Amino acid sequence: MTIDTLRLTAEGARDLLKAGEISGSELFAAYRAAIEERDGELNAYLTLADDPGGDGIPIALKDVISTKGVRTTAGSKILENYVPVFDSTVAAHCKEHGFRVLGKTNTDEFAMGSSTENSAYGPSRNPWDPSRVPGGSGGGSAAAVSGGLAPWALGSDTGGSVKLPSAFCGNVGLRPTYGTVSRYGIVAFASSLDQVGPVAKTVRDCAYLYSVISGRDRNDSTTVAVPDVEVPSGEDLKGLRIGVPRQLNEVEGIEPGVKAAVDAAIRQAESLGASVDTCELPLSVDYGMPCYYLIAPAEASANLARYDGVRYGLRSPGADFREMVMATRHDGFGDEVKRRIMLGTYALSSGYYDAYYGTAQKVRTVIKREHDALFERFDVLVSPTCATTAFPVGAKSQDPLAMYLTDVFTIPSCVAGLPGMSIPCGLSDGLPVGLQLIGAQFAENTLFRAGHALEQAIDFDYVPERLR
Amino acid sequence: MAITRDEVLHVARLARLELTDDEVTRFQEQLSAILEAVSKVSELDLSDVPPTSHPLEIANAWDDDVPRPCLPLDDVFANAPDRDDDYFRTPPA
Repeated sequence: MTIDTLRLTAEGARDLLKAGEISGSELFAAYRAAIEERDGELNAYLTLADDPGGDGIPIALKDVISTKGVRTTAGSKILENYVPVFDSTVAAHCKEHGFRVLGKTNTDEFAMGSSTENSAYGPSRNPWDPSRVPGGSGGGSAAAVSGGLAPWALGSDTGGSVKLPSAFCGNVGLRPTYGTVSRYGIVAFASSLDQVGPVAKTVRDCAYLYSVISGRDRNDSTTVAVPDVEVPSGEDLKGLRIGVPRQLNEVEGIEPGVKAAVDAAIRQAESLGASVDTCELPLSVDYGMPCYYLIAPAEASANLARYDGVRYGLRSPGADFREMVMATRHDGFGDEVKRRIMLGTYALSSGYYDAYYGTAQKVRTVIKREHDALFERFDVLVSPTCATTAFPVGAKSQDPLAMYLTDVFTIPSCVAGLPGMSIPCGLSDGLPVGLQLIGAQFAENTLFRAGHALEQAIDFDYVPERLR
Repeated sequence: MAITRDEVLHVARLARLELTDDEVTRFQEQLSAILEAVSKVSELDLSDVPPTSHPLEIANAWDDDVPRPCLPLDDVFANAPDRDDDYFRTPPA
């Protein structure tokens, strides 16, 4: 039978496999053929995995997720030849469920970026318009899913790296509550913020994949027990209290088409029975970006100290140990990674620690409290995932600060450790618009319920128009 | 918040990062702009606010104190740039 990989969901694939209408190998081959056909243009994959056999659903993994025996680069030259000798916990969970790894997807180097342009292996392209970025850092996973090169994928999210690319590519993406998914075997960026999350075509697929990867792991002491995941099926939103933070919805700079699609989705939620009210999130939105761009680079500068040319990764020649280390890091890291290591090292250095890192940690408390107070009145907060749709390749790559501002809507909830999901809610000038749903800690089921009901009502066609 | 060229060089040394002259010039300009933006955190009165280092209120995750097997040495050295018997070899300190 012919398999339309652009349209087939993971759930659909599972049904076909169960009914015996296709074999696991045929399914795997169909995605391989799609990759062959379209990945030259999209550059979603950095490494393809050999067909592992078995009868499960194929999956793509962002290249910060360690896979035993399959090269894992984190989008960096410093790990160009790095082949993990163990599986990350999430990769192990996928394999236990029979999922077959198609390959490793492109990412901004060490997941630092909002466009995938910081990858040492070239940018990925947006399947809706290849002259535009797929978002980042997990642009490869998002491009693979919307381009029909994988039924679903895993990404990782520090300040928006699952939600933003999902919005730009018309996918459903979940950043789970901090501590629900193991970080064991994930190439570390900022340890108090990093979370692995699913990228899918539907909320049901997203919820199911989250149920597979979440749960306490003895190899990651920051993980906790997780409530049972409910794969959603309801179509109404009776009793759901939706908050619309003014600072994320009624500010200058939101593209009119984005605003229109998000407003329409909010009206649809109301017609499905939800109550909707505006609310305020002033400090989180004003101080989220500065807080994040101190905490994340500070933690990154410590985490990336391990790349010293001694145990694994690139080694450049040097006359003595110190010269070798400095040359290795110069040659192996790209521009954005160096910039963040410098920023983080500065923020942690003697004399500046209290003024920068210490202050940012207190601002983090302020942001968390402001969100906590809203969740006493609301179940879900909604906003655009990003003020704009996907921007052209090159548009922001020379201006780091402009690139950082891309994440202004996704960052505050990440800093507060809250779960967030982006679902497609329409098009603006032919490009997908993401609706961001933020929940209280451990309220993933609420996000799935709200996201699924809205998805049914909005009826967004997730296949890029030019590929239909 | 401008950062001087000497500060850029100092931070690069702390971070064990060799920089070209071009990179020093560029980072001095870019880091100054970024530091100005993030310095906004100092605007708030935070005198009674405790820091958050971790988003969940958990403390001390215990595990049973039972030995588990480690990776075999050949795995540990599988990606090593330079192995000498059971050691990582480096240039002299």
